[in-house]
Amino acid sequence: MVHAQSLTKKYGDFTAVDGIDFEVAPGESFGLLGPNGAGKSTTMRMVGAVSSRTGGDLSVLGLDPDTHGPQIRAQLGVVPQEDNLDAELKVRDNLIVYGRYFGLSRAVCAARADELLDFAQLTEKAQAKVDDLSGGMKRRLTIARALINTPRVLMLDEPTTGLDPQARHVLWDRLFRLKEQGTTLVVTTHYMDEAEQLCDRLVVVDHGRIMAEGSPAALIREHSSREVVELRFGSTRNAAVAAELEGVGDRIEVLPDRILIYTPSGEDALEHVSRAGLHPTTSLVRRASLEDVFLRLTGRSLIE
Amino acid sequence: MSAPSDTAPLVPERRRGLAALLPASVRALYAGNARMFVVRGFLSAKTNNWIVVLSGFFEPVFFLIAMGIGLGTYIGDVELANGQTVPYAAFIAPALLAVSAMNGAVYDSTWNVFFKMHFGKLYDAVLSTSMGPLDVALGEISYALLRGLVYATGFLTVMQLMGLNQSWTAILSLPAVLLVAFGFASVGMAITSYMKTFQQMDWINFVMLPMFLFSATFFPLDVYPEAIQRLIQALPLWHAVELVRGLTLGQFGPQLLVHVGYFVAMIAVGITFTTRRLRALFLD
Repeated sequence: MVHAQSLTKKYGDFTAVDGIDFEVAPGESFGLLGPNGAGKSTTMRMVGAVSSRTGGDLSVLGLDPDTHGPQIRAQLGVVPQEDNLDAELKVRDNLIVYGRYFGLSRAVCAARADELLDFAQLTEKAQAKVDDLSGGMKRRLTIARALINTPRVLMLDEPTTGLDPQARHVLWDRLFRLKEQGTTLVVTTHYMDEAEQLCDRLVVVDHGRIMAEGSPAALIREHSSREVVELRFGSTRNAAVAAELEGVGDRIEVLPDRILIYTPSGEDALEHVSRAGLHPTTSLVRRASLEDVFLRLTGRSLIE
Repeated sequence: MSAPSDTAPLVPERRRGLAALLPASVRALYAGNARMFVVRGFLSAKTNNWIVVLSGFFEPVFFLIAMGIGLGTYIGDVELANGQTVPYAAFIAPALLAVSAMNGAVYDSTWNVFFKMHFGKLYDAVLSTSMGPLDVALGEISYALLRGLVYATGFLTVMQLMGLNQSWTAILSLPAVLLVAFGFASVGMAITSYMKTFQQMDWINFVMLPMFLFSATFFPLDVYPEAIQRLIQALPLWHAVELVRGLTLGQFGPQLLVHVGYFVAMIAVGITFTTRRLRALFLD
C-alpha cells in the first residue's frame, strides 16, 4: 500500500525526515513511534500527498504523490493531529460536505454519514454543533469523516493525544473494529500502550531516522528484558544502593527517583535485593513495555 | 457499517468535464469540484448567520437615503462630462452599487478567508481530500459572488423604484458588478494568503476607506488636480464606479471596455497568485 525508500524531507537546512525506508502491507496496522519532533507528522503528510518529498522514492497505492496527489488523496482517510472539523456546520453536515469534496453524490454521502454516525456513536448528536461536542466525540467524528470516502488506507496522526482514559478506550475499540474489518491503518503515536494495542508492526523514529523496526513483542524482546523491577530508596540513596546491586539482572539503570533492573525474572531479582539486606521504600515488578524499548532507543533527555 | 477496505477504489467518481481536459500540472491543483465549496457556504449560512448575510443588503440603501436624498436636496443636479445633467442621487447610486460589490467581495475574501485559514483550519481539511487549491479559490470566490449578486439585485431594484436608472442598460450592471466583485475577491484572497496577523489585516481597511471616499464616488473626478486624477484612475474602484455608472446612466461607449479589461486582468493576476499561494501553504 505504501512503499518508502530513502524518503527525505528538508526545510531549508533542517532535515525533518532523514532517509527512512518502510513498507505497509494491505490490511496491516503500521505504527510510527517517536518523540515530538521526530519527523512522524512530516512523514504522514508526505504519504498523505499534501507535502512533497525532498528526496528518495515514495509510492502510495502504486502512485507517485508528486504527480498523482488528488488520485491518492481520493483513496486515503486522514485523521490529523489537530481536529480540523468544520465548526460552521452541524455534525452530520460535516460528514456529508466532506464526502462531497471527494465528488461523491449527495445520496451516497447521506447514507454513509448515517452509517458512520452510528459507528462513531454520535447518532444522537447528528444535529449538534461541532463546538458543543466533547474532545472524544470530536475525535470520533474526525475518524468518521475520514471514512466517508471508503478509504483504502486510514492514516491517524496521534489519534488519542489529549483525550481522557475513557475516551481513549472507546476510540481504540472503534479502531480495533476497523482493523478487524481489514482496513489498513497507519498510526503515529508517542503513547506506548497505544502502539501495543493497535499496531501489528512499527518503526521507532528519532531525529528523522528509523531506530528499530518490528512487532511490539519482537521489539521488547530485542531491546529490553522480559521484566523490569522498579525500586525506590529515596532520591539521595539511589546511586549508592545501585552500586551494591551490581550484577543483578541483565542491566541496571539509575534514574533520579528510582532504580530500574532489567531482568528475565523480576521475582528472582527482588529476592536478590532483599538477600543483600536492602529494603526499598517501594518496589514494583512489571512486564517490560514498549516504553522501555522506546526510552532505550531514543534516550531519556527531554526533546524540545 | 460496511467494511471500508473492500469497496472499489474511488477515483473521482464525477470528475467535471472541463477538469478532465486539463494538463496534469493543473489537474494536481484542480479537481473541477469548486461548486462543493459553494454548497458548503450555503449550508454554513443556513446553520449560522443568514440574518447577518441579509444585513449586507441594507448598508448601501442607508447610504443612498442619507447622501442621495438627504444631502442631494442641497446639491441638486450634477453635470456629467458629456453635458448630461442627472439628479445627485442618480449620480451616486451606481457608485454605491459598485462600492457594495467591492465591500462584500473584499470582506468575504479577506477576513473570512483569514479566519478559516488560521483558526478554522478549514483549508487543511479540504485539501486533504481530492479537492485542489484552485477548487478552494474558485469555490470561495464563487460563493462571495453569489452573495454579491443577491445584494446587487436588491439594490438595483431599489434604484429602479426610486427612478434612478436612466437607461435600459442598467440591467447590464448586474453582470458588471459580478465582474467587479470577482476582481476584488480574487486579489483580496491573494493578499490575505500572505497575511499572518490581525494587525496586517487592518491595513486592508486603511486602503479601502480612502478608495471608497475619493474614487469619483460622491463627486466627479475633475475636482482634483491632474496628478491626483491619474492616481485615482489607476485604482480599481474608479474603474468599477465608472463602469456601473456608465451602464445605469446610459453612457454606453468603448471606454466601458477599458474598465472591463482592467477587471479581467485583475482576476487573472488574483487567481494565479491565490492558487500558487494556497499550494505553497497547504501542499508544500
